[in-house]
Amino acid sequence: MKGAIEVRGLVREFKGGIKAVSGIDLDVPAGQIYGFLGPNGAGKSTTVHMLTTLLPPTAGSARVGGFDIVKEGPAVRRTIGAALQEAALDPLLTGREHLKLQLALHGVRRTERGGRTDELLERVGLRLAADRKIGGYSGGMKRRLDLALALAHRPRILFLDEPTTGLDPQSRSALWDEVVRLKRDEGVTVFLTTQYLEEADVLADRVGIIDHGRIVAEGTPASLKAEIGRPTVEAMPGEGTTQRELEGILARFGELQPSTSGIAVRLDGQGGLTEVVRALDAAQANVAALHLHSPTLDDVFLAKTGRSLEGSEEPAEPEA
Amino acid sequence: MRTLTVARAVGWRMLHNNFTTPSLLIPGLAFPLFFFIAFAGGLSRVNDVPGFDFPAGYTAFQFVFVLLQSAAFAGVFTGFGIVRDFETGFARRLMLAAPNRVGILLGYALGAIGRWALTAFILTVVALLAGMEVGGSGVDIFALYALAVLVNFVGLLWSAGVAMRLRTLQAAPLMQLPIFLALFFAPVFVPVELLADWLETIARLNPVTLLLEAGRSLIAGAPERVGIAFTAVFALIAGFFLWAVRGLRKAEAAGG
Amino acid sequence: MTAQILHLARRSVIRTLRQPANWITPLVFPLALMAVNTGGLDAATNLPGFPSDSYLAFFLAFPFVQGALFATVNAGVDLARDIQTGFINRLALTPMQSGALLVGHLGGVIAMGFLQAVWYLAVGLAIGVRLESGILGGVVIFVLAVLIVLAFGTFGALAALRSGSTEAVHSLFPVFFVFLFISSMNLPRNLIETEWFRVAASLNPVSYLIEAIRSLVIEGWNAQALALGFGISLALAVVGLTLSALSLRSRMART
Repeated sequence: MKGAIEVRGLVREFKGGIKAVSGIDLDVPAGQIYGFLGPNGAGKSTTVHMLTTLLPPTAGSARVGGFDIVKEGPAVRRTIGAALQEAALDPLLTGREHLKLQLALHGVRRTERGGRTDELLERVGLRLAADRKIGGYSGGMKRRLDLALALAHRPRILFLDEPTTGLDPQSRSALWDEVVRLKRDEGVTVFLTTQYLEEADVLADRVGIIDHGRIVAEGTPASLKAEIGRPTVEAMPGEGTTQRELEGILARFGELQPSTSGIAVRLDGQGGLTEVVRALDAAQANVAALHLHSPTLDDVFLAKTGRSLEGSEEPAEPEA
Repeated sequence: MRTLTVARAVGWRMLHNNFTTPSLLIPGLAFPLFFFIAFAGGLSRVNDVPGFDFPAGYTAFQFVFVLLQSAAFAGVFTGFGIVRDFETGFARRLMLAAPNRVGILLGYALGAIGRWALTAFILTVVALLAGMEVGGSGVDIFALYALAVLVNFVGLLWSAGVAMRLRTLQAAPLMQLPIFLALFFAPVFVPVELLADWLETIARLNPVTLLLEAGRSLIAGAPERVGIAFTAVFALIAGFFLWAVRGLRKAEAAGG
Repeated sequence: MTAQILHLARRSVIRTLRQPANWITPLVFPLALMAVNTGGLDAATNLPGFPSDSYLAFFLAFPFVQGALFATVNAGVDLARDIQTGFINRLALTPMQSGALLVGHLGGVIAMGFLQAVWYLAVGLAIGVRLESGILGGVVIFVLAVLIVLAFGTFGALAALRSGSTEAVHSLFPVFFVFLFISSMNLPRNLIETEWFRVAASLNPVSYLIEAIRSLVIEGWNAQALALGFGISLALAVVGLTLSALSLRSRMART
C-alpha cells in the first residue's frame, strides 16, 4: 500500500531554540485514519501545520500524497483538505458564502459551485442554516461547516486538528460518524490529532502518541494496549494505613506504576484481583478505594511518559 | 459615613484601574493635549480675523475649550468603566456589597475627577509653556477650574445614566455622541458672533456656549455671566443626577 | 489570479457593508466635522490672503482624506481579524496566490474609498460648492481619492500583517489622526502663524494630499499641487505595497 503520508526526521524549531517537534517519523497508509494523540503543547498542531505546508520544517522531510511538503507545496495543497484547530470562519459571512468562496478559490467553475455547495451543506446537516451568518452558529455547527470547507475540493487526504475539542457529546458523535463514512465510502486518508483517548480509540486504525515533540509510541490501539499487557490494580489508603504499607503489599503482585492518587501495580500474573484483596485483608490494611483497570491508551501514555494524559498539559506550542 | 466609605472604595478602584492600565490612561491624556496643540497651534492666526477681540489671545481662548472638553470626556470615559463593570459582573458584586448604592455613584464621580485632575494639570502646564496669557485673578482661575469640575460631573452623570440603563459597551457611542455634538455645536474656534449663521443659531441655544463664554471671560480676567453659567451647570447636574439615579434603580431592578 | 482578487475584494466589501458602523461612520463623521469646522471657521475667509470666499469649498478636501483613513483602519482591522482567527490559514490552504490576498484586500478598500468619494463630492455639490476645475476636475478628484485610499490602505494592511492584531491596527487611528490634524486642513500653510506647526504641516505628506484635492475645488488646475499630491500618494502606495508584500511573505510562510 502506497503511503499517503511519509515523514522522516521532521523538526521544527522556533525562535529562542524552542523545539516544538524534535525529529518525528511517520507512515500513514492510504485509506486509513491515523490518530495523533498527545496533550496540549506536545507538538501536534505544529506537525499538522508542517504537513499542510503552512509552516516550513527546520529539518527533515515529508511527503503528503506523494508530494514533497517543501518543494511541492501547491501540489500538496491540491491533494489535501484541512480543518485546523481554530474553526477559522468569518462571522460576517453565511455558511453558503463560505463554501462558494472556498470553491471559487479552488478554481471550481461558477456553474458547478451552487450544486457542490448544496451537496456539502446537506452532507454536514447545515442546509437550513446555510444562509445565516456564522456569528449565530453553535460550536458544533461551526465545526461541521469547517469540515465541509475542508472537503470542498474532494481531497484525498484530510487533516483534522482536534476537531471535537469543546463540542458536546452529540456533535462529537456526529463528527465521528462523518469521519468514518469518509474513510469507508470515499477512501479518504484522515490524519486526526486529538487529546481525547476515546476519540483515538474509537476512530483510529493506527495511533501515534506524541510527547515533548517526540513520538513515544505507535501502532494500532489494540497492539499498544497489548504492549502494556496485564491490568493494573490501584488502591487508595484508608484511615490508619500508610501509602508505604500498601506499597509493600501490592509490590508482591507485579511492577509498581506511577499513580496520582494512590498506589498502582501492573499485575504480572502471580495473582489476580482476588489475591490482592486477600493479601490486603490478611495484612489488615484499610483501603478507601480499589480499582481494576484494563489497559487503555492513557495507560500506554502513562507507561511511555510517566504521566497521565489527562491534565498533563504542556506549555502552549509556539504560534505556528 | 457609610456612603462615603463606599464612594472612597469605588473611587479608589476606578483610579487604580485607570492609572495602572495604559490603554485607559493614555487616550484620556493624549487627546485633549492633541486637540489643544492642533487648535491653538494651527489656528492662532484666527486671532486676526476681523471681529475677534478676545483679550487673552487665541491660546487662552482654545485652552478653555479643551479644558472643559477634557473634563466632560473624563466623565464619559468613566461611564465606559461603569459599563465594563456591568459586563464583567463586577457591578453586581458591588451592589451586593454596598449598603448605600448612591455611594457607588459618588465613587464613580470621585474616579472621574481624579482621572481628569491629571489631564487638567498636564494641559495647564503645556498651555503655560506654550505662552498662554492669563488675565484672571486667582479667584477667577479657581472659578474656571470649579466650572470644569462641574462639567466633569455632568459628563459622568450623563454617561452613568446611559451605562446603567444599557449595561453594554455597545452603548459607548450613545454616551459620547451627544457630548461631542454639544461641545462642537458651540463657539469652539471663534466667538459666537463670528460663527456662520446656522451654527450661531444652534450655539446660542446650546448651554455649552454659556459655559465656554463664562470660562473664557474668567481666564481673560473680565468675568461675564459667570453666575448664570454656574446656575446652568448646577441645573444640568441636578437633571442628570436624577437621570443617573433612575438608571441605578433600573440596573438594580434588572439584577445588576 | 484576477478571479481570486475579485472574490477576495468582493468579500472585503460584503464584510464592510455588514458592519454598519464601518460604512456609516466614514459617510457621516467626516461630513459632520466638515459642518462644524465650516460653521466655526467661516470667518477665517476674511483673513487677508485666504484663498477662497467659501470655507466650505476650502474644507471639502478634508472628508476625502479622513474617509480614506476610516476605510483603511476598518479594512486593516478586518485583515488582522483574519489573521487572529486563522482565516488566513484557510485561504493559504487553497491554490490562492499570496499576492491575491493583498490585492483583493486593497481592492475592497479602494471600492469603499471610491463610494465614499462619490458621496462626499455629491454632498459638496448639493450644498453649493462649485468645482473650479470643472467636470474633468471631478474625475481627477476621484482618481486622486482612490490613489490616497490605496496609499493609506497599504499601511493599514502592513500594520495588520506585521502585528496580526486588531488592537494594533486600531491604534493606528490616532496616529493617522495626528497626521490629519497637524496639516493644512484648517488653514493654508502660509496662514499658519505658529512656526513649528507650519514646519510640521509642511513636512507632513497629508498636507499635500489635501492641497491637491483642494486646488481642484477652489483654484482650477494647479500643476504643482497636483504633481505633489499624485507623486506623494503614489510614493506612499509603492512604499506601503512593498513593505506589505514583504510582511505577507513572512506571514504566509507556506511552502
